[in-house]
Amino acid sequence: MGPDDPLELDGRPAPGRAEISEAGVTLDGWEAVVGLEVHCELKTATKLFCGCRNSFGDEPNTNICPVCLGLPGSLPVLNAAAVEMAMRIGTALNCDIRPSSFHRKNYFYPDMPKDYQISQYDEPINVGGWLDLPDGSRVGIVRAHIEEDTGKTTHLGASGRIHGASSSLVDYNRAGVPLVEIVSEPDIRSAEQARAYAAELRGILVATGASDGRMEEGSMRVDANVSVRRVGSDRLGTRCEVKNLNSLRSLGRAIEYEMRRQVDILASGGSVAQETRHFDEVKGMTVAMRSKEEAFDYRYFPEPDLVPLAPDDSWRTRVAASLGEMPAARRARLVELAANASSGPHLEASLSNQVATVVDLGLDDLVVAAISAGIDPSLALARAANEAAANAEAASGLDPSAFATLLGMEAGGKLSATQAKAVLAEMLAHGGDPETIARAKGFEALGDDELARAVREAVSANPAEWERYQAGEEKLAQFFVGQVMKATRGRADGKAVVAELGRLRG
Amino acid sequence: MSAMGQAGQPASASAIAESVRAGSTSARSVVEAHLAAIDREDPSLHAFLTVLADDARAGADHVDELVSRGEDPGPLAGVPVALKDNLCTRGVPTTCGSRILEGWLPPYDATVVRRLRAAGALIVGKTNLDEFAMGSSTENSAFGPTLNPHDRSRVPGGSSGGSAAAVASGMVPLALGSDTGGSIRQPAAFCGVVGMKPTYGTVSRYGLIAFASSLDQIGPFATSVVDAALLFDVISGHDPHDSTSLDRPGSRLAEANCPDSAQSVEGLRVGLVRELMDGTDDPVAQMLAKAADALSAAGASVEEVSIPELRYALCAYYLIAPAEASSNLARYDGVRYGLRVDAEDLTSMNSATRAAGFGPEVKRRIMLGTYALSAGYYEAYYGKAQRVRTVIADAFAAAYQRLDALVGATAPTTAFSMGAKVEDPLSMYLSDVCTVASNLAGHPAISVPFGTDEAGMPVGVQVLAPALGEAVMLRVASALERASASLPGIPAAGRASTGRASTGDPAPGRAPGQVGEPA
Repeated sequence: MGPDDPLELDGRPAPGRAEISEAGVTLDGWEAVVGLEVHCELKTATKLFCGCRNSFGDEPNTNICPVCLGLPGSLPVLNAAAVEMAMRIGTALNCDIRPSSFHRKNYFYPDMPKDYQISQYDEPINVGGWLDLPDGSRVGIVRAHIEEDTGKTTHLGASGRIHGASSSLVDYNRAGVPLVEIVSEPDIRSAEQARAYAAELRGILVATGASDGRMEEGSMRVDANVSVRRVGSDRLGTRCEVKNLNSLRSLGRAIEYEMRRQVDILASGGSVAQETRHFDEVKGMTVAMRSKEEAFDYRYFPEPDLVPLAPDDSWRTRVAASLGEMPAARRARLVELAANASSGPHLEASLSNQVATVVDLGLDDLVVAAISAGIDPSLALARAANEAAANAEAASGLDPSAFATLLGMEAGGKLSATQAKAVLAEMLAHGGDPETIARAKGFEALGDDELARAVREAVSANPAEWERYQAGEEKLAQFFVGQVMKATRGRADGKAVVAELGRLRG
Repeated sequence: MSAMGQAGQPASASAIAESVRAGSTSARSVVEAHLAAIDREDPSLHAFLTVLADDARAGADHVDELVSRGEDPGPLAGVPVALKDNLCTRGVPTTCGSRILEGWLPPYDATVVRRLRAAGALIVGKTNLDEFAMGSSTENSAFGPTLNPHDRSRVPGGSSGGSAAAVASGMVPLALGSDTGGSIRQPAAFCGVVGMKPTYGTVSRYGLIAFASSLDQIGPFATSVVDAALLFDVISGHDPHDSTSLDRPGSRLAEANCPDSAQSVEGLRVGLVRELMDGTDDPVAQMLAKAADALSAAGASVEEVSIPELRYALCAYYLIAPAEASSNLARYDGVRYGLRVDAEDLTSMNSATRAAGFGPEVKRRIMLGTYALSAGYYEAYYGKAQRVRTVIADAFAAAYQRLDALVGATAPTTAFSMGAKVEDPLSMYLSDVCTVASNLAGHPAISVPFGTDEAGMPVGVQVLAPALGEAVMLRVASALERASASLPGIPAAGRASTGRASTGDPAPGRAPGQVGEPA
């Protein structure tokens, strides 16, 4: 992400940047119609239909058995933990959880051991929900169904793709890993909104405990169905499905590119061909993979080796009850907590980004503990969203009460801001309680008496400067702070020194 | 079970197990006698694709050791069993009668194989079959046909022809087959042995190489109804590896439902199904009439019934089974195991491998099934066939409202000549006309030898029962078995050459016409 990407600036296009398509046609008056298909790998201990370990990054072809290799005679047995995770996702996305069944999706590919994929087709487990985005928009969810993942193919040779490869290697560790595919309604109208949807969905998947939502590792994979139309039209244009979107940034870039490409075609009187396109990350463009005519006939039919799935009411109730708060609710809770604790009438707008970061990284507990301990919300959010977030993995394991103690020391003037940040970095890197770390670093702040004495000594040692300060030359306060810092070897808190000077001045 | 077979060995499975468990016969001597029979008979029958002599001997020695230690090796102690070669056996070639699985050694045992071993059975070999169980004559095996032990110019039926011939010729007292549309019952009828297709779900399919998953069911071949029930008792029961496996209460069918009482069908209501008699050859029709008389004589109330929906069973079957097969057989693509014919790119390799590895009948069914599932045709073919399936199940259910069991022919003819139908797939498919309905409904059915035609070829009578109705089915089958003893005998077949006489052997010398008359 960089400043040259207009989407990185708080999700708004950079001001002054012209919305002109490649061919010079203006995008004014056009809008994108986007639906996203998100594949999410479930974090179950074992695979969807066998007892093999579900684990990323192991030695190739070590987590395999007759079932996930699709050996002759093997049969699938559904993993209840995967069903439960799918139900958690469906519940979090406000879906109906319905009796469902599995189908076979037939096509030949070497990374698919049976040459068919077991998937849910016309009776998915989760139907008809929605996802509310932070900007207040709502995106409908068509369905969120269960299916099995394929193996992973590595094509050797120049192209890196199957055509022209000198040979290919297949790792079946991923074959049979449980997936939930979440299909949105085509309610998304821009690249930014698509990114916001994917980010919010990722937060929900993580919050349900069903997935770690890592796009780079492929545990969350996004395909985008993109079409364009004139603003105000309610007709859907011909769509293209864009694949290979490995980051939120790629998602945004691909939709922007695709939108411009399609507007160019339509504005010059052409028509968009329905096809599947591949996003080339390096070139920043989409290229045609296969046309509608070349699309597979998957010959879906009911999977005879599995029985229908009908979670009963008590299971559904149990799942719903065990679901923690979702990101939107957690953000609202933090905002409310912060607003109530703030001296001001409303929370500064800039804090909402910090709230989003805190919730996204799951650092809510730190902020809640600090605010509850009487710390100013802006300090609590700043330290959590900036310094703690810099080492998010360690921060999620941080003891909230230790975090609150540290911020209390900072707020009470026992530590300067610089010192507090250094102590926090140490806590994140090696653990430990803030008082001990501060002492070890020699950060112990001066007591009130000691500080007052140091200020008086500085005043009497510099009578000329004191006179000018008394006459109203405010910048000399910093001179005295420097003197006191020097005398106390940095143990004094600058703000406390200024306060003491003010008191002496009367 | 006093009858003795080869070299003074007990002949029936029940008698072998009883004798081995009691320590009066060694499992090793049993297995040697049967391996000798295989050496003698199989070169002219070709029932076996693999003989596991060393494994069987080692297994026998283990059984004998258990007996000598006073432990019980299980209900099939020392009983030699043959397996249709579509049942996975760890480290042992499992071919499905196809070139496509060339060189593949399963890394695991099918659940039924594990259960057999745990029950003390000795697996002596893998038997021939129509490729991927697709066929009704065992002529579709890539490794050459099996011959009918009663007349080597005729087919043994199929697809489990190897298992049927192995039991009929006395090479093994028990064998397992698989029945997708009649592949146990029809060869049992052609070879003059008992063949049973259990209720769908009662026997785990884990390790059975799939043909049509919603229809496939493993079942026993035996020389008697009680032996078939004994084998069924061992192989049935819930298996966590098969989601469609039923949790059947573990009743011992062999003991409870095959009593020697002549009155065992007293009061049962049995329907003689017109649709399972119409179009059958005269000798088969005559035997069915005698079977009906025999059941009446034994105390059952027998009436003729019509279930017109059964006329649609064959059509529905030949859409559903190929459709599922087209998907089940997709995995034989040359990528991971079995045959690979190299070619310049992946798709060409897939095609070349499948072109070389599959025989014509398998290709025909893959194409039929692929077509039936294709976009635009699904509803007209597969969808409609599934609805017919429901109609047939409902029709059976209606019949079972007032009837306990149904009886009909197993096949419209006795064993036909080798080559007679190879060039005419439709006439071959018609061989399954009496058996497919039970698979579509998931119901149990059994074929019991009942007399012969004028050429001395065995006739099979089929008993059908509702889902999980194995108990009543076996009672009716036992009654027919007893009645068949008074028929002119099942011809000597392998028995003459092995000098074997088993329990349930027909009493010799009765003239036709005496049959079925009340005693």
